[in-house]
Amino acid sequence: MSASTAAWPPRESLVEGAPSYAEVTREIAAPLERPATTAWWVAFLVAASALALGIALVAYTINVGIGAWGLNRTVGWGFDITNFVFWVGIGHAGTLISAILLLLRQQWRTSIARAAEAMTIFAVMCAGIFPLIHMGRPWLAFWMFPYPNTRGSLWVNYRSPLVWDVFAISTYFTVSLLFWYLGMIPDFATMRDRARGLRQKLYGWLSLGWDGSARSWQRYEKACLLLAGLATPLVVSVHTIVSFDFSTSVIPGWHTTIFPPYFVAGAVFSGFAMVMTLLLITRRVMRLERLITLRHLDYMAKVLLTTGLIVGFAYATEVFIAWYSASRFERFTFWNRAFGPYAWAYWLMVFCNIVVPQMFWFARARRSLPLLFTGALLVNVGMWFERFNIVVISLHRDYLPSSWSLYVPTPTELGILLGSFGLFFTCFLLFVRVAPVVAFHEVKHTLALQREEDHAHV
Amino acid sequence: MHTFDTHELAVPHRDPAVVERRRVHALVFDDPTRTLAAVKRLRAEGFDVGDVHSPFPVHGMEEALGMRPTRLAWATLIGGLAGGSLKLLFQSWVHIVDWPMNIGGKPDFSLPALVPVTFELTVLVAAFATLGALFVRRRLYPRPRPERAPRQPHLGVTDDRFVVLVMEHDGAFSPGRFRAVSSALGAQEVIEAWEAVA
Repeated sequence: MSASTAAWPPRESLVEGAPSYAEVTREIAAPLERPATTAWWVAFLVAASALALGIALVAYTINVGIGAWGLNRTVGWGFDITNFVFWVGIGHAGTLISAILLLLRQQWRTSIARAAEAMTIFAVMCAGIFPLIHMGRPWLAFWMFPYPNTRGSLWVNYRSPLVWDVFAISTYFTVSLLFWYLGMIPDFATMRDRARGLRQKLYGWLSLGWDGSARSWQRYEKACLLLAGLATPLVVSVHTIVSFDFSTSVIPGWHTTIFPPYFVAGAVFSGFAMVMTLLLITRRVMRLERLITLRHLDYMAKVLLTTGLIVGFAYATEVFIAWYSASRFERFTFWNRAFGPYAWAYWLMVFCNIVVPQMFWFARARRSLPLLFTGALLVNVGMWFERFNIVVISLHRDYLPSSWSLYVPTPTELGILLGSFGLFFTCFLLFVRVAPVVAFHEVKHTLALQREEDHAHV
Repeated sequence: MHTFDTHELAVPHRDPAVVERRRVHALVFDDPTRTLAAVKRLRAEGFDVGDVHSPFPVHGMEEALGMRPTRLAWATLIGGLAGGSLKLLFQSWVHIVDWPMNIGGKPDFSLPALVPVTFELTVLVAAFATLGALFVRRRLYPRPRPERAPRQPHLGVTDDRFVVLVMEHDGAFSPGRFRAVSSALGAQEVIEAWEAVA
C-alpha cells in the first residue's frame, strides 16, 4: 500500500516502541518477579483494612439482624440492592471487552482484557455478598438452589425473577471464571518456564502442562471463540434478568419495559468507567505504559461517551413515557425523583452520567490522564446513584401517602459498602502480584500482526 | 544470539515399556513468518513435520500443517442442548408434576417464565462441555511440567522461540537432504532429540 492511500491520521501502534517478543515477556513478568513496591503495600493495607471492617460489620449484621440497617416497612431495599446492582453492573465490562470485542476482532482489547476480566470476577463476588446478607437468615442461602430436601421436596419457584437472578449471577460468575482461567493457561506456562522452585511448581500446576503446540493453539483459539460466543448473550442476559427483579413488579418507576436494555447499557457504561479507573492506576503502578497506551484509553473514553449517551437517552425516554403514560403514580414518581427529598441524588446522577462524559467528544480530554481519571471516577459515582435512585426513590413514596417514609443508611451500611470496595481492591491487588496483568500471548500475537501490517505498508 | 543448552531440552521418555524411539529434529526460529515458510518448505520437500510449538498461535499454521478443522464446537453444541433441554424438562416437572403451584392463576406450564433459567443452564453446560473437551482432548490437567518429550521441545517456546519438529522415519529420511533443505530456512539452531513411540 502506498503512503498516499494510507489512513490519515496515521494509526498509532498498540504496543509502543516495537519491542521484541522477549522484551514483552520481560516487561509483563517483571512486576511479578520483583518484590512488591511500597505503593503496593500501602494500597494493600488500606484495602485489607476496609475489607476487615466490612467483614466485622457483616458479622454484626448477621448477629443482630437486618435491624442494623436503615431499612423500614416502606423502603425494604436500600443500600443492599443498590450495591448489588452497582457491582453486577461493574462486572459487565470485563466480559464485554474480552468476549464481544474478541468476536468483533478488535485488536486493541488485548492489553486491557485480562485486567478487565479479573475485575469482572471480583465485582461479581462483591455483588453476590449483598443479596446474601440482605436475606436475614443467610445461613439458609442454599435454599435458593433446587436440591432434593426433607420439606417435600419443596423446589424453588422457577417463575420468580429472584430465582432467575440466582441462576444468572452464578452462571455468569462461573463462565467468567472459566473464560478468565482459559485465557491465562498459556501465560501461566510462560511464568512456569521463567520461574524456579516453588513458583515454578505452582505455575506448572496452573498451566496444566501447556506446551504451545500448533494443535493445542488451534483448539485453544476455537475454545476462546466458543466461550466468547457463549459469554456474549450471557452478559446481556445477566443484567436483563437483574432488571426483571424490578420490572416484573408493580412499583411505579420499576414497572417499565425499557429496563432490560437500559440496565445493560448502564452496566457497560459503569463497567468501562471502573476499568478505566483501575487501568489508569495499574499502568502507572506496574509501569505498563508501553502496553496500555493512550490509544487504548482514547478508545475506552469513546466507549464511555457512547454508552453514556445511550444511558442519557434512556433517562429521557423514561421521563417522557412517565408523562405519556398518563398514569398519575408514574408521573408522580418521576416528579418526586427530580424535585422530591432525594432530588440531590437525581441531579448528581444526571451531572455525573450525562454532563461529565460530554468532555470526551474532545480528543484532548480523551488523552489527558487527569481528566480521564476524574471523568471515570465521577461516572462511577453517578452510576451508583442511578441505582440508588431506582431502588430507594421509587420505593420511599408509593401508592399510599400514609406509608411514605425516608431512608437513611446507618453507619453499618456505609461500612459494608466500604468493605465491598475493600474486597474488590484486595482481590485485584493480589491478582496483579500472582498473574500476568496483560496476556503475554495476546500482546505478542498483536505485535506479530502489527509487524505483518508494517511490512505490507512498506 | 541466545544460545541453547541441550540439557534445557525436555528429557526423552525412558519408560521401559516403550520399545521404539525415533529421532526428531527440532528447528528453532525467532520469527513466526520464517517458521511458517519453513513448515511449508519442509512439507513440500516431503519431510514429516510432526508439530510446531510457538508462544502464540501463528497465523496460517493450520493450513500449512494440513490440520483438520477442530470439532470442538460439537462439544459446545451437545453440552448446550443437553443443559438447556434437561433444565427445561426439570422445571416443567417441578411445576406440573411434583409440586404444582397456583401463581396468579397462571397455567402450570408457563413457558416464558421458564426461559431465563433454561438459557442460563444452556450456557453453563455448554461452557463446561467446551472446556472439558479441550482439556481431555489436549490432555491438559494439573501437572508440574508438559507431559513428555518432545511435547515441550524447548523452554523458549513460551517466550520468543518457534520450534518446528521434523520426525525421522526409518528409510524415508535422508539426513543429507534434510541438512541441505534446513540450512536454507534461517533457523537459529537445529537440535536433535528422541521421541518415544509407545
